[in-house]
This record gives sequence, C-alpha cells and structure tokens, in this order.
Amino acid sequence: MDGASVSVQGLGKRYGAVRAVKALGIEVRSGEFLSLLGPSGSGKTTLLMMIAGFEMPTEGAIRIGDRDVTYVAPNRRNIGMVFQRYALFPHMTVADNVAFPLRMRKVVKAEIARRVADALALVQLQDFGKRLPSELSGGQQQRVAVARALVFEPPVLLMDEPLGALDKKLREQMQIEIKRLQRRLGVTVIYVTHDQEEALTMSDRIAVMRNGSLEQIGSPIALYDNPATPFVADFVGKTNFLEAVCHSCNGTGLEFGLGQSGFIHLKECPPTLPSPPRPGDKIRLAVRPEQIRILRLGDSDRPPLNGVVEAIIFVGSFRTFLVRLAGGELVHVQAGTDHGMAYPQEGERVGLTIPSQAVQVFPDRRQ
Amino acid sequence: MHAKPSAEGSLGSRPTSAREYGPVLSLLLVSPLVLLLVGGFLYPVGKLFWGSIFVPEASFANYARILQEPLFLLVLRRTFEIGFVVTALALLLGYPVALAMARVPGRAAILIAACVLIPLWTSVLVRSYAWIVLLQRNGVVNNALIETGLTDTPLRLLYTQGAVIAAMTQVLLPFMILPIYSVVRNIPDDLVRAARNLGAGSLLAFVRVTLPLSLPGVTAGVLITFILSLGFYITPALVGGPSTLMMSTLIGQQTTELLDWPFAGALAAILLLATLLLVIVFRRTLAFNKGFKLG
Repeated sequence: MDGASVSVQGLGKRYGAVRAVKALGIEVRSGEFLSLLGPSGSGKTTLLMMIAGFEMPTEGAIRIGDRDVTYVAPNRRNIGMVFQRYALFPHMTVADNVAFPLRMRKVVKAEIARRVADALALVQLQDFGKRLPSELSGGQQQRVAVARALVFEPPVLLMDEPLGALDKKLREQMQIEIKRLQRRLGVTVIYVTHDQEEALTMSDRIAVMRNGSLEQIGSPIALYDNPATPFVADFVGKTNFLEAVCHSCNGTGLEFGLGQSGFIHLKECPPTLPSPPRPGDKIRLAVRPEQIRILRLGDSDRPPLNGVVEAIIFVGSFRTFLVRLAGGELVHVQAGTDHGMAYPQEGERVGLTIPSQAVQVFPDRRQ
Repeated sequence: MHAKPSAEGSLGSRPTSAREYGPVLSLLLVSPLVLLLVGGFLYPVGKLFWGSIFVPEASFANYARILQEPLFLLVLRRTFEIGFVVTALALLLGYPVALAMARVPGRAAILIAACVLIPLWTSVLVRSYAWIVLLQRNGVVNNALIETGLTDTPLRLLYTQGAVIAAMTQVLLPFMILPIYSVVRNIPDDLVRAARNLGAGSLLAFVRVTLPLSLPGVTAGVLITFILSLGFYITPALVGGPSTLMMSTLIGQQTTELLDWPFAGALAAILLLATLLLVIVFRRTLAFNKGFKLG
C-alpha cells in the first residue's frame, strides 16, 4: 500500500452567511502524517468532512493523487476514516465490521477471511472477531475502527480526533501504535486534533487552523521554535507574552523596554518582523517558559529583568515558577528537576535571563 | 471505597445504591398503578371471562357456539385480516415518514412531526367522521372522480372494507411512526457516514445499517398498531357496514343490544387469546432487538 498525495486548493465552505472554511490551500505529501490542529470552530473538522465527501465545498477543489474528487460520492473516494466515536456497526461482529468494506468491494469470500484476519492481527485483536463491539473496551473498539479503515488498503486515512474518548495512558499508547502502523504501511494520514501535544508527538507536519483559515503549516519543531503568529505561539506549547516598546535598534542589537519591569536585549532582528522596529514601536514578545533561566540574587545584584516568585508548581519532571515582574506581568518559568540545585523559594526576589534566540517578536496588532 | 451506610429512609428499607429505591418505597410508588390495574382491569375482565364459563352453570357452551357458528369464526378471521392489512399499510406508509422526521434537518422535521402529532391529538371520532365526509356518495372523492371523468355515477366507497382499512390506517399511523422515529433518531449519523466511507452507496448503507438498527422500532410499532387494530371499535362501526363487522363491534352488540354478557366474555377471551398467541409468535420470529445497543 502506497500513500497518495492530497491537494486542497482554494477550498471554501459556507453555511448561509457563515464561512466555516475560507479559501484554504494545503498540499499533503504522499505517506505524510499531517495533523490539522486548531480550537473548536476553526474549521478543521469541516475540512476533513469535505475531504471524506460528507460535506460539499462551496468553492475550490480537492485532489487525491492525480484524481479530482471534489464532487465524488464518499463511497467512491477510497479513503479510510476513523471516526471520533469509532462508529462501529453495533449489530455486526468485529469480523463483520472489518469485512464490511471488502464486501462492498465484492472481494471473494476466502480473500475476505484472510484479509480480515490479517487486519485484526495488525491491531492485535486476532481473537476478538466473533465479539460484538459493545463487548470490547474503548481502546479495543478504537483498534477495530483502525483495522476496518485500513483493511481495504486505502491510500489515504482520515482520523477525526480518534483518541479523544480514551484516558491519558491509553491515548499515549495508541499514539505510538498508530504512528508505527502509519510508518509500516506508508499510508498518508490526515489527523484532526485539538490536542497540541498529540499533534506535536505524532505529526510530520502540522497545519494550525483558526477561524476557517490556515494560520501556519510546518514541522512540529518549526512551529514550536518559529511560530509565525502569536496565535500559533500560544496554541502550540506554552508561551509567555510580554508587551514591550523598542528602545534602540543599532549595530549592537535591539533593546526592548518592559516599562517598570526592566528590559530585554536581542543580538539581531528576528525573522517574524517584516522590517526592523524603530525606537518607540510597540512590540509583542513571546518566550517559552523553558527558555528562561532563573537566577537567585545577592543583595546587591540588579539584573535587567527581575521579579518575585509568587508560586511554585511541582509537575514531577519539572517545576514551574510563577514570577511577578516589577511592572505586574506574570511570567511562567519552567526548570527541570535537578537535585543538586538550590531552588528559589516563594516570595524570593529572582533575576531572569532570556537568550536572544529564544525571543519571538511580533508587531503589536491585537489579534 | 468505604460504603458508609447512608441516612436510612424513614421507610426502613435498605437501598443497595443511591440510584436504587428500596423495596418498600418502590412498592409505594407503583401502588396506584397496581390498584388501578387490579380494580379497573383484572377484576372486571376476570369477571367477564369467569362469566363466560360459569354463568349460568359451568360449561364451555359459549365457546362451542363460537367454534360451531361460521359467522363468528368469519368475523374473527376478518378482524385479523384487517389487522394485518392495516399494520402492513401503516408500516409501508409510516417508515419513510419516520425516517424523514429523524433525518431531515431543522424546520422541516418540526413540520413533519406536527403533521404526525396533530391528527393523534384529534379525537378518533372526528377523524372517522372526516372519512365519511370524504367517502360519502357526494363526498370529496366521488366529486373529484366524476369531474375528472373517471366515473359517471358515484362509487360506493363508504361502508366498505376499503373504507375501514383506509380510515384505520390513518388513525393508527402515528403509533407506527413514533416508535420507529424514536429508534432511528438515536442511530448516530456517523454510522451511516462510516458505511458510505467504507464503500456503500446510499441505498446499501440504508439496507445494511439504518434498516437493521431500526428494527426494534419496527417491532414495537408493528405490535402496537396490530394490537390496537384488533380492538378497534369506533372507526369500523362508523365507516364500515355489516359486511365489515369486526370482533369489537360484535362484542359491543352482545353487551349493549343482546345483553348476553357470558357470550361476549367468551368472544373477548378468544380475541385476547388469539392476540397473545400472535404476539408471542411475532416476538419469537422477529427477535431483532437483542445483542446490541446503540451509542
């Protein structure tokens, strides 16, 4: 089985006056694992429904491989799909569920039996063929849904928040299993999720959607390290936003003032700004919590950025310090657990240092 | 978890969980219904059946009379025939309506529901008289037939078996539609979508998924419609004639005109027995609603 490319061009969907999806263009490469990530109402599910053929677009085109499927009936698209609540047929056994797409394709009986057995073995449910879906656990039903969607060897697999109903531990286990299956079979996967962690761990690329439009598309690392907009910075991973004013911009770098809280110095102009800022420009800075270093201060130390530790949250592998800056901003600082280190206490005054490559700079346009 | 004995009810019962009522409270809650059932149904019906055998003295003479006289067996057979036809027609007409009601979006569904429910809220008597208006010699149907030149003289439509079947089907249709609707509405859309996605056309998706999953509703609708049609009294009495005499009309005659209560009891007993038998056979052969639950 080889994955097919999926190409979405100028795709739009209108419900009355509401534009659920706006002139969307995405090129999914063959064999790629692409996640559609966005909050509810961002249009990601509508996009998936249009690729599956359950919703007809009001404009634009969808191509799978080199075939235009924009207005093709869903049963003629040859796309596998795993639904949010699995959508297993409750009146059929597990084996009959998995055999369903093969029967629809008039595959001969002996071959159906063989391929159903193979598909169930693929998801480690070989002994469950005679059970009804209601007799299986959530995780098992999920696997049956995957087997049913893959048994007819579709070049593209759509998944609509397939792990949303599972508990955390099972979800993480299924993430690894799905990823492994996808690598082994080479199938193109388009995966809808609102869970940014899930998108980050599973995807080759992530398309972040917002209000029916594509906000940014890129690899998880690119999205995390170089978010194109404050929305992406905020939605993918955790981010501290700071309002700042440009003080100076010259050969030695940029300096941003944070009012009473202090200032931040950058070595060079960041790529997210179209042009270097001029002194007086208002700017939004975004910094990941784990990029900030926390320093315990002596009595005479006066670092450029400092504040008071307001609370410490212990999360096991790391701890988060909530630091209140002098100007009133609350900054999250994340530090790995290091038993040799003496951590600052609550109420203690601390200094913060931020490496200049860790700062994302956005023009201050309220979005 | 430690099961702490909760504040025990003043009724002294011990519920096994917060969701369950204890036996005393349960009995208390159902007691009005039980009293009504015993006083309003079991006692009079029991007395009627008792009378059919033991009044004036113990004998099966009344039952022998039913079996010996061809008229009574004919009426019994006709009652069941009309019941079958009405049920089949109601299913044929009602299933698509139930499907549309469950699947059509927004206002259209409300409109369909209104069309189903408003007749249901209208008295059976009114609806039966409406059929008389439609079917009488110079009624709407005959006038239309004459004006279009399909017939020269008015047809005899009223007081026929056809009229009884048409009127009964219309009156009973909601009892077929509503149970099917409530089951179809609870079939998740995703199941049909999954079938389409896996390669089934819309017709095949219906046959393989929606239809089998709607069968519990069909079973319920068929049973209710059939049982109600067997006991139908007003409609056949109004739009039917002597040639369409049905069991309930016959029983009515025995009690109100001939005052032969023991014989009426025997007729009622036979109708009840035959109905129960059919229901049991039906449930045995159409035991669809086992083994799976939706959702």
